[in-house]
Amino acid sequence: MPGKRSAVRKTADEYVISGFSHLIVGVFALLCFIPILLVIIYSFTPYDLYLKNHFDFFPSRLTLDAYRMVTNYRYIWTGYGNTLYITFFGSILSLIVLVLTGYPLSKKDLKGRNVYMTLWIITMFFSGGMIPNYFLIRTLGLLNNRWSLILPGLVSCYNLILMKNYIQGLPGSLEEAALIDGANDLVVLVRIVLPLSAPILATLGLFTAVGYWNSYFNAIMYMTKRANWPLQLVLRELLFESAVNEMTAMDERVSTPFLLKMASIVVATVPIMCIYPFLQKYFMTGLALGGVKE
Amino acid sequence: MEKTINQRVPTPLTKRNSLKRYIWKKRWLYLMCIPGLVYLILFHYVPMYGIMMAFQNFSFKKGIFGSPFNNFANFQELFGSQIFYRVLRNSLFLSITRLIFSFPVPIILALLINEIRSKVYKRMAQTLMYLPHFLSWVVLGGIVVNMLSMTDGLVNDLIAASGGQKINFLGSVDWFRTVIIGSHIWKEAGWGTIIYLSALTAINPEYYEAAKVDGANRFQQTLYITLPGISGTIVIMLILAIGGLMNNGFEQIFLFKNNLNQSVAEVFETYVYQVGIAGGRYSYSTAVGLFKNVVGAVLVFSSNLIAQKLGQPSFYS
Repeated sequence: MPGKRSAVRKTADEYVISGFSHLIVGVFALLCFIPILLVIIYSFTPYDLYLKNHFDFFPSRLTLDAYRMVTNYRYIWTGYGNTLYITFFGSILSLIVLVLTGYPLSKKDLKGRNVYMTLWIITMFFSGGMIPNYFLIRTLGLLNNRWSLILPGLVSCYNLILMKNYIQGLPGSLEEAALIDGANDLVVLVRIVLPLSAPILATLGLFTAVGYWNSYFNAIMYMTKRANWPLQLVLRELLFESAVNEMTAMDERVSTPFLLKMASIVVATVPIMCIYPFLQKYFMTGLALGGVKE
Repeated sequence: MEKTINQRVPTPLTKRNSLKRYIWKKRWLYLMCIPGLVYLILFHYVPMYGIMMAFQNFSFKKGIFGSPFNNFANFQELFGSQIFYRVLRNSLFLSITRLIFSFPVPIILALLINEIRSKVYKRMAQTLMYLPHFLSWVVLGGIVVNMLSMTDGLVNDLIAASGGQKINFLGSVDWFRTVIIGSHIWKEAGWGTIIYLSALTAINPEYYEAAKVDGANRFQQTLYITLPGISGTIVIMLILAIGGLMNNGFEQIFLFKNNLNQSVAEVFETYVYQVGIAGGRYSYSTAVGLFKNVVGAVLVFSSNLIAQKLGQPSFYS
């Protein structure tokens, strides 16, 4: 057997497997990314070049025409405003409730804690469903209010468990010392537990923010007025229905619906691209953190 | 009342008194629970109470407390209708085929990534394949629809340029599931490798050394060390995926569903929306949703139970 010759030298089958792995993984990664790259290229392609050749992936000139038209579209900006509002306040409030709930739940001997935890876990298995949720929002008078997109999904039980497990994994000695010194639990939480929880808060905060930024399901039920739509719903109308024609009607010669759609995608996705490096940094630690128990 | 407890320290300890004292001592911890409890009750348990609508002939004017009960009339209508069986078949068929085709992809990818020694290559590939997970369905669906479209679509342009017949990917019953499963793999398969990659790092490297000494080649090492090493993770991921078989994901399906592919595209989530929110038949659609949720809960619950029986440390408590 070739493997016996040396543990250091690569054997023939190792070369084959290694080459095969590089190839398949590389091809899959490129397949994932090329469509996104094409969108970016198309969004900068001048209309006349696109007309001449749809497959011109290296256009000789670049243009901002499509972006000019997209940014002139009013609902892009109302959508941006609404989504920023929802993402910002949703993530902050979510973290506040997560910490406030996760801390008492991390105390295993606290009376009533098991009942409370069970109430949370039930929500992982069962929910009221679409229609009762719709009626709740309607009864609360939150239709067409941005808080209807923030409140219903504020805290997921999954994130709560990650938070709770993380706090349980912190060394308890600092907390105990502070309690002996006469600090109450709120002071301990704010002064000791909160600073130590920075990594998990960053992780859960980023993921919650991405979740708020990307979702449109609640908005399709609760937001009937266009001015209240979040960005994803505005984008959906541009990409899947013919709302994009409202832009082109003004100036047909400068662009075509296809290029405008590509530019709209880029405009709506830039913030996610900007935080993607941070997401990458945190999701590995985040997953590792969540897995730790005790 | 609380004050008196605090001052009367040496009173005889009745059970009631000691409980009050305990709560007072832990008052900050209990106060912290209040925001979460309010959220939990209002946005999770009130809607569960709202399920009563499924047993009523609900009308807006009378509200949930005034609407007359019709017991199981909504369910009789549901189980007696053709559409229900079509929706049930569509939902399960789609989620099962998706499970079959998309479940193995992250496992294979993780095994291949694991064979790559170059750190730079590995990180670059991972960066590219994790990206779609963070983009919204509207963005990814928008890209898919525009690439596959009959008029501007790149794929059809390519087919036409090479002399083939253009294919109506989006408006055909035959292609619907392929498009859904393909776009699902695009969004989630790369991201799905993470859990297997972390399972792979837990395998003791000495096993590989020993195998090499015994003359096992790379393929044999994969077969006899790597795969058994992550089989626990695979089984648990499979069980959890089976627990989610009733869910097809509204956000994805709703984008690709249209009049032409409706006969295969209508799943529970879109049907409840269509009948309830768009159609205004609140009680009936609540009954549809309840059926889906009950079956879903049974699946999730039993699959979790099996996962724990198989030695998955309890995620809860």
